[in-house]
Amino acid sequence: MAELFTSASLFAIVLTLGAYEFGIWLQKKLKSPICNPILIAVILVIAAISLLKIPAQDYRAGCETFSWLLTPATVCLAVPLYEQVKVLKKNLPAILVGVLAGTLVSLGCVAILCRVFAMEDAMLASLLPKSITTAMGIAISEQLGGVPAVTTAVIIITGILGNICGSSLCALLKIRDPIAQGVAFGTASHVVGTSRASEISELTGAVSSLSLVVAGILTAILCPVLYSVL
Amino acid sequence: MKYVYQATIIFAFTLLGELLHVLLPLPIPAAIYGLVLLFLALQLSIVKLEQVNAVSKFLIAAMGLLFVAPAVNIVEIWKDIAPVLLPIGVVLVVSTVLVFAVSGLVTQWMLKRGGKDNG
Repeated sequence: MAELFTSASLFAIVLTLGAYEFGIWLQKKLKSPICNPILIAVILVIAAISLLKIPAQDYRAGCETFSWLLTPATVCLAVPLYEQVKVLKKNLPAILVGVLAGTLVSLGCVAILCRVFAMEDAMLASLLPKSITTAMGIAISEQLGGVPAVTTAVIIITGILGNICGSSLCALLKIRDPIAQGVAFGTASHVVGTSRASEISELTGAVSSLSLVVAGILTAILCPVLYSVL
Repeated sequence: MKYVYQATIIFAFTLLGELLHVLLPLPIPAAIYGLVLLFLALQLSIVKLEQVNAVSKFLIAAMGLLFVAPAVNIVEIWKDIAPVLLPIGVVLVVSTVLVFAVSGLVTQWMLKRGGKDNG
């Protein structure tokens, strides 16, 4: 009986899908951006596995049956990119300058704040690549001597933050152009932000996809340089 | 069988991405190689849009779901980050909001400037 909850991946899958589905339902019901499906699902899953005393490792192992889909899903971002290629080409300089500015602010801001809070070097290395997609961020963090598990966590929290606050920030700062919105989502909050940007419009999603790729590459180049200077 | 066909193409490009990731000594993940390759294939009409469109749109829409399991990992590293939770929280919130604002506003400013030049 106990094995049904620990060793079988079906339980992990049903729990994850159910929690996410509940998050979507709650978001529709309450219409509040705080009710983000990812956030709700994470809270529900943590509560459920704590109550049932299932080790988080076992839960994650159970989810492996579909977690690998993240790589092909990211590959699929090529499709909206292709569909919007004309608009992207036309506005390429603005997009690239926006992403570069955002990436510089990201690295500078993290570096300064980490110094202000007198954090250890390993923590700085773990936090620097926080705005880019997980696989890239982990590689950079490892290269600089950071803790990959911490990097994964901060990358996902950053993504969820962008996903939740993005639309309100756009309204507050009067970022109304769909291209500018896409750059903001993709540069600040990688794939998780892009999933929100894709809901706004195809164009916003496509710009966000392009931005996350460019931001990832820029961060991979700039991170080691900045880290050696610090 | 349309979906199996589309999924096969997408997974094949993912596999190519994994291959490049293993072969090339760059810190670029397989997903980004695969994305660039699929984009080029679409541009060069090696792959047609309707050969990948439906499954791609499904996977993109389902992407948020795929982040739930990795995020639950926070439970495992809780001990490591608990003592510095507040500073980390400040770093994350401040930098994310700043990056979002700067990248969005700079892009919008560039677009407006470009618009003026054209018209």
